Amino acid sequence: MGILEKIFGKHWGVHPDDHKRPAADLPIKRLPVPPRVYVPLSQHVGALARPIVMVGQDVLKGQCIAEAQGNISSPVHASTSGRVVAIGEIPAPHPSGLPVQAITIASDMEDRWIECEPVADPFSLTPQEIAKRVAAAGIVGLGGATFPSAVKLALGLRSKIRTLIVNGSECEPYLSCDDRLMRDRAEGIIKGVRVILHATGAREAKVGIEDNKPEAIEAMRVAAASFKEITICPVPARYPMGSDRQLIVELTGKEVPSDARAADVGVIVHNVGTAYAVHEAIYHGRPLVSRVMTLNGGAVAQPGNYEVPIGTLVDDLFAFCGGLKGTADRFIMGGPMMGSVLPHLQVPVVKGTAGILALTAAEVAEREPDPCIRCGSCIRACPMGLLPLEMSAHIRADDLPGADDLGLRDCIACGCCAYVCPSHIPLVQYFYHAKGELSARQRAQLRQESSKKLVAARAERLERESREKAEAAARRKAERDAAKKAAAAAAAAEAATAPPSTATAIDGEPA
Amino acid sequence: MTTSALSETLVLPSPHAHGGSSVSRAMTRVQLALLPATLFGFWMFGWPGINIFVITIGSCLAAELLCQRLMQVRSSLGDGSAILTGWLLALSLPPWAPWWIGVLGGLIAIILGKQVFGGIGQNLFNPAMVARVALLVSFPVVMTQWVVPQPINTPSAPGFVDSLRITLSSPAVPDAIASASLLGHTKTEASRGIDLLHSLAAANAPAPSWAGLRAGSLGESASLLLLGGGLFLLLTGVITWHIPVAVLAGIALPALIGHAANPAHYLSAGVHLLSGASILGAFFIATDYVTSPNTTLGQLIFGFFVGLLTWIIRTWGGYPEGMAFAVLLMNAMTPVIDRFVKPRILGRTRAGKPLDIPEEKEA
Amino acid sequence: MLAAILSLTVLGAALGLALGFASRAFHVEGNPVVEELTALMPGSNCGQCGFPGCTGAAEAIVAGTAAPTCCPPGGKALAQAIAEKLGITVDLSGVEDKGPQIATVAEEICIGCCRCIKVCPTDAIVGAAKQIHNVLREACTGCEACVDRCPTEAVTMKPVPPTLQHWVWPKPAVANVVSTTAAA
Repeated sequence: MGILEKIFGKHWGVHPDDHKRPAADLPIKRLPVPPRVYVPLSQHVGALARPIVMVGQDVLKGQCIAEAQGNISSPVHASTSGRVVAIGEIPAPHPSGLPVQAITIASDMEDRWIECEPVADPFSLTPQEIAKRVAAAGIVGLGGATFPSAVKLALGLRSKIRTLIVNGSECEPYLSCDDRLMRDRAEGIIKGVRVILHATGAREAKVGIEDNKPEAIEAMRVAAASFKEITICPVPARYPMGSDRQLIVELTGKEVPSDARAADVGVIVHNVGTAYAVHEAIYHGRPLVSRVMTLNGGAVAQPGNYEVPIGTLVDDLFAFCGGLKGTADRFIMGGPMMGSVLPHLQVPVVKGTAGILALTAAEVAEREPDPCIRCGSCIRACPMGLLPLEMSAHIRADDLPGADDLGLRDCIACGCCAYVCPSHIPLVQYFYHAKGELSARQRAQLRQESSKKLVAARAERLERESREKAEAAARRKAERDAAKKAAAAAAAAEAATAPPSTATAIDGEPA
Repeated sequence: MTTSALSETLVLPSPHAHGGSSVSRAMTRVQLALLPATLFGFWMFGWPGINIFVITIGSCLAAELLCQRLMQVRSSLGDGSAILTGWLLALSLPPWAPWWIGVLGGLIAIILGKQVFGGIGQNLFNPAMVARVALLVSFPVVMTQWVVPQPINTPSAPGFVDSLRITLSSPAVPDAIASASLLGHTKTEASRGIDLLHSLAAANAPAPSWAGLRAGSLGESASLLLLGGGLFLLLTGVITWHIPVAVLAGIALPALIGHAANPAHYLSAGVHLLSGASILGAFFIATDYVTSPNTTLGQLIFGFFVGLLTWIIRTWGGYPEGMAFAVLLMNAMTPVIDRFVKPRILGRTRAGKPLDIPEEKEA
Repeated sequence: MLAAILSLTVLGAALGLALGFASRAFHVEGNPVVEELTALMPGSNCGQCGFPGCTGAAEAIVAGTAAPTCCPPGGKALAQAIAEKLGITVDLSGVEDKGPQIATVAEEICIGCCRCIKVCPTDAIVGAAKQIHNVLREACTGCEACVDRCPTEAVTMKPVPPTLQHWVWPKPAVANVVSTTAAA
């Protein structure tokens, strides 16, 4: 950075130690079929998928075992051939240790694929057809956000997308799955990018790759050489450059308004892994059943990148990859900045697992927090321009609405603030807690309102029932009265028209 | 609704890596930056200076220990903040100050200036400046008793035993040694009607010495060494340039204008910047994390007004040195500055509303 | 001196008159605090507090005849919110915060008598005579009115199990406190 940049330029973000090599320099290894796969029904943003197979049923690799429910959802496929042995709860790869619904398949070790329907010329398909195929393939954002890609494509069709940004930044330390994918499978990625261009109507594609990956940049340049509409754009290596708002500003100069989506500024962002999965789905007809992920960290015996079937237990993964060396302080799904800690290793790899890290205590460098000294490092580091120290002070005092006013909803939980804090304050935990608590309060509020409506409805029902009863009673009484009158009138008429000889007998009849 | 399946100690939040900075590292760096000027002060003023320095810091540490025991919180003496407060306070005291000034100053700084607010990070005012101003206002004569430098290796300098006598029993300072600081001299003369051109040229005027060999507080004399320390802090990232540059600009700009307009009444910018606590205040006192604004624009505003107020008090106020008062006044304004000067959130306007969605252009 | 006395007297009188006028002109009818408190409450009029409905409880709290902790379904959160609104301190130590609970009908025991259906304030129980009853989870407010009515004790309160979607990160523990058993 030049002197002027240093003085007046943007200072957001941090520069953590890379730790990507030597794992990034080893080619992708394919994991052999595990004995069992545990495929969760919720690996994506949106509603749970609904199982369409039964326990005891035999399935083939790539067969759809649960279908999407609702507009924002994604189907789930069997990642190996075998028999469904259970549909129930398994521990989720989530810090809470709470369970998630999943389909367990016992592999028959043959790994037989289902009949696939490849498409020879995707450009002859309409964008809607492509979106349908992408949806059916269960493709979600593989950068970690796991948003259903077909929904993103459909949103893109509604707004006028001009630029497709392909996210190959991979700014998190330790992770190199995207790097490896770009080095080894650049052609597939470019094919996928071209399909997405066709599906969204975007005019150009910019592939953003951090400049600490020169080999990947070169490989992608070679693969994209003959396509003028695809440009490879190296970006400065700074965390969190891969966050989509920051990447959009870096590559297009546009800022996404805080209450809008990228599509509203004519941009759509997809991860390189997602582009590759789209290529697999369209060109080869194969749904998303495996992904490339990084195994890294000070406690990993053989760090590297592995292609892993979805649903493989992390325990099995470690067993194949040489296990641990030394003691791991914690296991993390994702990168060290935003990744979530795993409660234990009996959890499955899911679509959003970009990497599993086994970090030593020295790498984590955790310490008891001290009070805030208001140094302002967090403000300088925040890529969104927030005031982490003020927000956390409000949350500490249980003033959640105050923290909300300071921009809590704009926080992307990147972890830069806690990374630089000299007092080791767990700032991100404050923000996660506050956001969760505010959502919970909102839910409680909605629930209370609906309870009040139910109470009112019940009161109305009781009132209506008693009213109807009264009306019915009144009606019956009126009918009885009318009937009596009619009977009396009939009796009187009979008496009047009856022959005189029988007069004495009739007169005494009561009315 | 906030139940979790695991006990709370096992739920570890991200991030799982740390940049390595710590409070004690920052404090140590500031102390390192102050060291050359402090050692120079020790050499210049001899054993009495060393005594008052040790006593002040000791008093600060004792006060913090006492307060934290009473409040039943974890002892934070290890983070170096109490030592730093005492260090800065000692540097702003007269070098031959009696022991009770140091003790009282330390107690006021830590107890009233910091712990009463809730400990580190919670105080509104700079603790060292609170103590200095309290002492100055309560004991004006003792606090303005400056001496001519008596370098420790000259025969006229008091030895260790003599220094103990000076510090502990505070005898009257002989006329030959007593001196006014430059700012004090010019103010006293101005009040007698003698303007700058004459008072500075007079025989008994303290010479403004670039090397710092002049009467003043323990730390203010070594302005250039302090400047070097300040640059060290800038380069190591402990402070940013905004406050120091703004403070110095706030002093220099009105001084330049005033001196150009009327050299007889207004001291030059150079004299202002080198005298008194200008450099110490700009790099070490006004930059205190807790009591300065969060944002860079806020810091520029804060620093500029600290400098401006210092110049105003020095020129027209009743006291010869204005840095301490200026810093305290602007500390009071820091929450106001923070409330109105906030960084712009990405995706929003300065006012906090979401940006407008750009019009679709057909191109 | 006379001028001073006169001017202060006039000023005092004028301001006093202005205050008196304002207290008449801007007088607020009724007590809006009662409505605000009622809005905070669960609203199911379950009667566990002993007052006629949530409005009754709100009026009693404002009048001072009831403590803010009188609402069992509201728990600690409600007591704290009420205390904040009224600007008073409240002792939360006695409040039993059982957390959100839902009534559950044990199907093997239920005899289908419909007694619980009649008392549920939100019509959360579905069923008919001689048919098994069941509780609609989204409608149940945990007021426990049905538990006492059931002749066979088939209705019990069970805590709402935490789900992955609704799990919330706990607040970090306060730094700096000496005792190692400090509450989070």
